[in-house]
Formats: sequence, C-alpha cells, structure tokens
Amino acid sequence: MNFIKRAAALTVAALLAQFTADGTAAAQEVNGLKTAEAFEGIAPEEARSAAIFGEMAKVITHPRCMNCHPVNSGPLQGDERKPHSPPVPRTEDNFGVVAMRCTTCHGEENRPFLGESGSVPGNGHWQLAPASMGWVGMTVPEICAQLKDPERNGGRTMAEVAHHMGHDSLVGWAWTPGEGRTPAPGTWEAFAELAENWVETGAACPG
Amino acid sequence: MTDLTINGKDVTLDVPGDTPLLWALRDDLRLTGTKFGCGIAQCGACTVMVDGMPVRSCVTPVEALEGSDIITIEALEGPEADAVRKAWVDIDVPQCGYCQSGQIIAAAALLTEIPNPTDEDIDFAMAGNACRCATYVRIRKAIHNAAKMLET
Repeated sequence: MNFIKRAAALTVAALLAQFTADGTAAAQEVNGLKTAEAFEGIAPEEARSAAIFGEMAKVITHPRCMNCHPVNSGPLQGDERKPHSPPVPRTEDNFGVVAMRCTTCHGEENRPFLGESGSVPGNGHWQLAPASMGWVGMTVPEICAQLKDPERNGGRTMAEVAHHMGHDSLVGWAWTPGEGRTPAPGTWEAFAELAENWVETGAACPG
Repeated sequence: MTDLTINGKDVTLDVPGDTPLLWALRDDLRLTGTKFGCGIAQCGACTVMVDGMPVRSCVTPVEALEGSDIITIEALEGPEADAVRKAWVDIDVPQCGYCQSGQIIAAAALLTEIPNPTDEDIDFAMAGNACRCATYVRIRKAIHNAAKMLET
C-alpha cells in the first residue's frame, strides 16, 4: 500500500515537473504581454533593459493606466479614453472637488451598476496620479525618463518604482478592472517581474 | 447583518451584504426622500452623507458601511442645510423636485467646506447632480443666496 502511495506521489511529481517545464516554455507571452524570460537572450544588458521597458509600455500606455495619469486634464475613462463623466478637474490633492471627491462614487472595490450591466471601478487608493506623473500625450521614452526622475516620480528610487508597480493594489486593479473595462495586457505578476528585471538590468530607456 | 448609524439612530440592517444602501434606505427603513435616478452613479439623485461626505447610495453596498454614520435628506441639519433649504424655497428652485434631495445634500456639503463658493466651485461641485428640468441656474443662484445668509 505504501509502495502504491509512494509510486502515485512520484508519478504526480513527475507530471507536475513536466507541466512546469512545459509551462515555462510556453510562458514567453501571457495574455498579450511578453514575460521577462522572453528577453533573457538579448545582449548587451542595456539593450535588454530598454526592450523590457518597451514591453512594459504596453501596460503603461493602456487605458487602465493612462486614464488616471493625465497631464493637463482631469481623469479620462473607459477604453475610449473619454473625459470623465461627470466632469472632474485635476485638483491639488488629486482627489476630486469639494462635494464630489473620488469617494463620492468610487468605493474600495469595483461595484456593480444597479439595473444594467457594468460597474463603477474602485480601489482603496483610487485617485489621480500627481500632475508630475502625467503620461497622456507623452512618448514611451519620455514616460521612461519621467519614471526615473526623482523630481517627477515622487522621490522614489528605482527599486521603489518597481515595488510600486508590483505591489500597489491600484496598479494591480488594471488586471481586475470590473465589468465594462478591458484589463491591461498580461498579468500583474508578469508586469511586476518585467519591472523588477528592468530595474535590475539598469532601467534603460528605449531610444 | 450590518451595524451602522442612520440619521442618528443605531440600526442593524438584516439584508444581504451586497444590497445597495439605496434599497436598504427606501425599502427596509422607508426613508424614501433619497431617490433612485440612474443606478450608475451618474445623476446624484441617491446622494447621502456617509461619515460627513456625499456618497452615491445606489452603488454602495451596505457591507461597506459597517460602523458608518449615514445622514439622509430626512435628517440633514446644521446652518448650511438650513440656509440651503431657505434659499431653495425663496426662489422656488425645484420644478418636478425628483433630484432635489441629492442637490440639497451636495449643496450643503459644498457650503460646509467652501462657505462662499464661486460659480466655478458650484459648477464643479454640482456637476454630478443632474436635473432633467434644468433648474441649474436657480440651483447656482440659491447656493449663492445661501452663502450670503451664512455670512450674517
């Protein structure tokens, strides 16, 4: 009996090992986003780093991220990046206007509409990115330079930038945006790994 | 079960946690001053105060409100609310009136933070409160009048 159990366990372990090996081989791209592994063969390291950021830009320039990183306007909304309705200007605290703060409508999680399909997006950190972190209208190299500039990135080190990308639940919301919105490409985990690899390889920017 | 305070009274809501606050107010507590307008947080008819801030009750599940302090139009009070009510009556702001409980909640909240708002302050603060009778000009005028009342 013990032998049978042990044999069964070994078979399962072997199958799992096979699955992992296959999974690794097949995981060069997940949901439209190349994983960090897909860049391992690129040399020199600076070129690899810049290529990784180019991939990260697929997420960064997605409406789920850009809509709350405006430069001159208030927030945008939807996959079509329309101006936020009702209109909300950028304010000093990036949190809406008096009597209509973000939390007037946005809760700590996505909340379903009443009586029709769709949802109001929400997260505990819901607010606009500061103006210095605005991306709308900028090129990918410009966004990259901004992310590296402590004057504009909130005084973050590069490790802190990667940590923000991989651990702030508001960033993670981009992959669980609720009914009525397209998620960002890839997975949060894959994006976090790209961010870590980008920083580890010198955080180079595409030319 | 959700324990919270509504209009100064301790209340235990024995409804599923995902029940919108609006339904709990209207159907369970019979506080029907708060209205259903759009159901998608776009019109403001369902606005109530939650812990001192305006919130759209149509998209707020009761499970998110454990321990919260809710004030509806039925119990809105204080100098700003009094001034808004008087200003509303003085120039007959409402037409059909359906949206007005939300308008008054938002107007009182605005005056609590900005006692003498500009037209721009008013337009932005009230932008999420739609009025299909288009009483916007009177709403803005009444808020200015209420601000003047609060000065004296």
